[in-house]
Amino acid sequence: MMSTTTQDQSITHDDHHHDAPKGIMRWLLTTNHKDIGTLYLWFSFIMFLTGGAMAMVIRAELFQPGLQLVEPNFFNQMTTVHGLIMVFGAVMPAFTGLANWLIPMMIGAPDMALPRMNNWSFWILPFAFTILLSSLFMEGGGPNFGWTFYAPLSTTYSPDSTALFVFSIHIMGISSIMGAINVIVTIVNLRAPGMTWMKLPMFVWTWLITAFLLIAVMPVLAGAVTMVLTDKFFGTSFFEAAGGGDPVMFQHIFWFFGHPEVYIMILPSFGIISAIVPAFSRKPLFGYSSMVYATASIAILSFLVWAHHMFTTGMPVFAELFFMYCTMLISVPTGVKVFNWVATMWRGSLSFETPMLFAVAFIVLFTIGGFSGLMLAITPADFQYHDTYFVVAHFHYVLVTGAIFSIMAAAYYWLPKWTGHMYNERLGQWHFWCSVISVNVLFFPMHFLGLAGMPRRIPDYSIQFADVNQIVSIGGFAFGLSQLIFLVLVIKCIRGGEKAPAKPWEGSEGLEWTLPSPAPYHSFTTPPEVK
Amino acid sequence: MTIKHENYYVPAQSVWPIIGAIGLFLIAFGAGHFVHQLKSGASGGGYILLAGIAVIVFMLVGWFRTVINESMTGLYSHQMDRSFRQGMSWFIFSEIMFFGAFFGALFYARMVAVPWLGGASNNAMTHEVLWPHFEAVWPLLTTPDGTKTEAMPWSGLPLINTIVLLTSSVTLHFAQVSLEKGKRSAIKLWLGITILLGMSFLALQVQEYMHAYHEMGLTLTSGVYGNTFFLLTGFHGMHVTLGTLFLLVLFFRVLKGHFSADKHFAFQAGSWYWHFVDVVWLCLFMFVYVL
Repeated sequence: MMSTTTQDQSITHDDHHHDAPKGIMRWLLTTNHKDIGTLYLWFSFIMFLTGGAMAMVIRAELFQPGLQLVEPNFFNQMTTVHGLIMVFGAVMPAFTGLANWLIPMMIGAPDMALPRMNNWSFWILPFAFTILLSSLFMEGGGPNFGWTFYAPLSTTYSPDSTALFVFSIHIMGISSIMGAINVIVTIVNLRAPGMTWMKLPMFVWTWLITAFLLIAVMPVLAGAVTMVLTDKFFGTSFFEAAGGGDPVMFQHIFWFFGHPEVYIMILPSFGIISAIVPAFSRKPLFGYSSMVYATASIAILSFLVWAHHMFTTGMPVFAELFFMYCTMLISVPTGVKVFNWVATMWRGSLSFETPMLFAVAFIVLFTIGGFSGLMLAITPADFQYHDTYFVVAHFHYVLVTGAIFSIMAAAYYWLPKWTGHMYNERLGQWHFWCSVISVNVLFFPMHFLGLAGMPRRIPDYSIQFADVNQIVSIGGFAFGLSQLIFLVLVIKCIRGGEKAPAKPWEGSEGLEWTLPSPAPYHSFTTPPEVK
Repeated sequence: MTIKHENYYVPAQSVWPIIGAIGLFLIAFGAGHFVHQLKSGASGGGYILLAGIAVIVFMLVGWFRTVINESMTGLYSHQMDRSFRQGMSWFIFSEIMFFGAFFGALFYARMVAVPWLGGASNNAMTHEVLWPHFEAVWPLLTTPDGTKTEAMPWSGLPLINTIVLLTSSVTLHFAQVSLEKGKRSAIKLWLGITILLGMSFLALQVQEYMHAYHEMGLTLTSGVYGNTFFLLTGFHGMHVTLGTLFLLVLFFRVLKGHFSADKHFAFQAGSWYWHFVDVVWLCLFMFVYVL
């Protein structure tokens, strides 16, 4: 489908810096999309392990009823910071890292459009998380109000360190917005000649739409935290009825950000799966244009469904119905996607290397998360499920077996391109099977806990939930340990292994496979022709 | 047939982003501690905050100097120029969404929160049980817990300020037209007038705030009317300040002979930003003052 002119590997630009700084300075000062992509991916993995360690604390405490390991306030800080880290520190930077690495290679660009800003958007992130994590050690503790920081928990009843939480969120927002601007401008302005819109790889399409969502909603989050700051420290009453405000208003503003945020964390996954499934089915993607339109529809609908997180706040019935129907409508474009992936595999010449295993697991398990989402969308039913472990099960299915699994799939799929070595397939299979079994032991029983009435975010529970919680915790520890296999695998793959050809997967399509492995420092110095 | 491609300039390693990251870290860390020390009375955060601002100013000067030098030596292609323009447009879009959050709060408070506290819709019991004497009116001059304030009238100062800011958009447009026609002295004149108008706006705004605080009892703590009033006008004022600084930089660059009729991204960006700030004010004037 695509062919390229011969690559001119001579560096025609910026030759005066060829003796670039080595060691730490290379990473601090870099403007290279691959370096920055690598930084994002490693940062994300470190955050994944940090947030994961907090999840282990939570699961250890919940192994038995009663309080045994941690104070309730510390437990609350763990649930809060676990959520914040996984959302803003693990999943989002991983996608940005993938975008950095892949988008210029996929569209035939020399680099990202704004390389210095690219460096800035990355390097403010570790600082933001330093601030957030440092607040855990302050007097009164760190944020303990849940990652959704509902008022008045985050205003009237929050610890003094809340100001640090607020400013760290501001920086994360700035980082995301700059990253998103870079992605959009790169895609719009730096496509190789002949790379028309409907020839864009799905990953690029999904990221384009994700970037739009990011620019639209991250500023709203900034507004929300700012109002929390002024309510807590400067005497305003946005979320305080005594002054004419309303705590429910907080939820409206937050979820106006929060719901598109959910799609920010899943649309790039759709792009990844749409690259991997065709490659290992040795067939082109089924229904490419319907995939593009479905992605756009999901993004538009994501602005109209925020209050489905708030069915129990006493909204007027009309609003409840409106948000219920809009939410259910999203399952149509999502269904189109799942159908297309399955149709791509239909009568394909399938093989199941690790990327494909993760991709197939994604399709099955993400769909389970989608179905439980449909259950939650039904207003009267949601009154029962609200704030129970059913919700926890739902969003971990879409985020862990959805977003994280797709990131794992992407890592396996493109590792040969990044490192120049094949990863150890045996170890990859071990990682997959350990992960997929343990993750279901971990999250599937949570559905039953929730349906039986166990509330989320509480360190203690009633005795009848004990058995299931023990199973869940065992699954949790196993899933956490399984990720260490991945760490070992990646390090081994960077340090050596079988040499990877330019195109290690016979069925894969796209410009990135026309570059040698590992990809040269500067991707396409002269844009390739796309026919 | 060979297609000629312009070279897309990929800059070398740069120290400015990491300096900017450190600056932003100091600002956030300092501001966080400063705000929290307002209550406890300890100090230290403020100094870190100031240090952060100094680092950011240093970074901006250095980064801009690098970019201006690159631009003046002709490293930037038309494609690069498009990247900058698109980047700026999307940045302004993000700013619109930021103001959107506060306008959203204003509309929600006015259309939903306050009427519900007054018993509207099916909230009769809320009204009866919580604050039965509360009257739901807008502007909310008496909050449910009894804080009283006055409403800022739209005539007088705010109206003058509206005229000042609208005029400044027109004069800036004249400056841009002069730039495109290559009339150098006219650019300086119109740009100079715009900057003066921007500064007058800020001076009048300060006066309005003093009046509000000292004579009207309208403060940041006087309920949701004062909250939305001060956060919206305050963030707008911060943007006018930034915009004025932006225009000042452009003014000095014009003096040094920068910008040409067909290459003037920075001028365009400053002008877009200024018009955006102006449009935000129009919305503010309508929804915060007049209606």
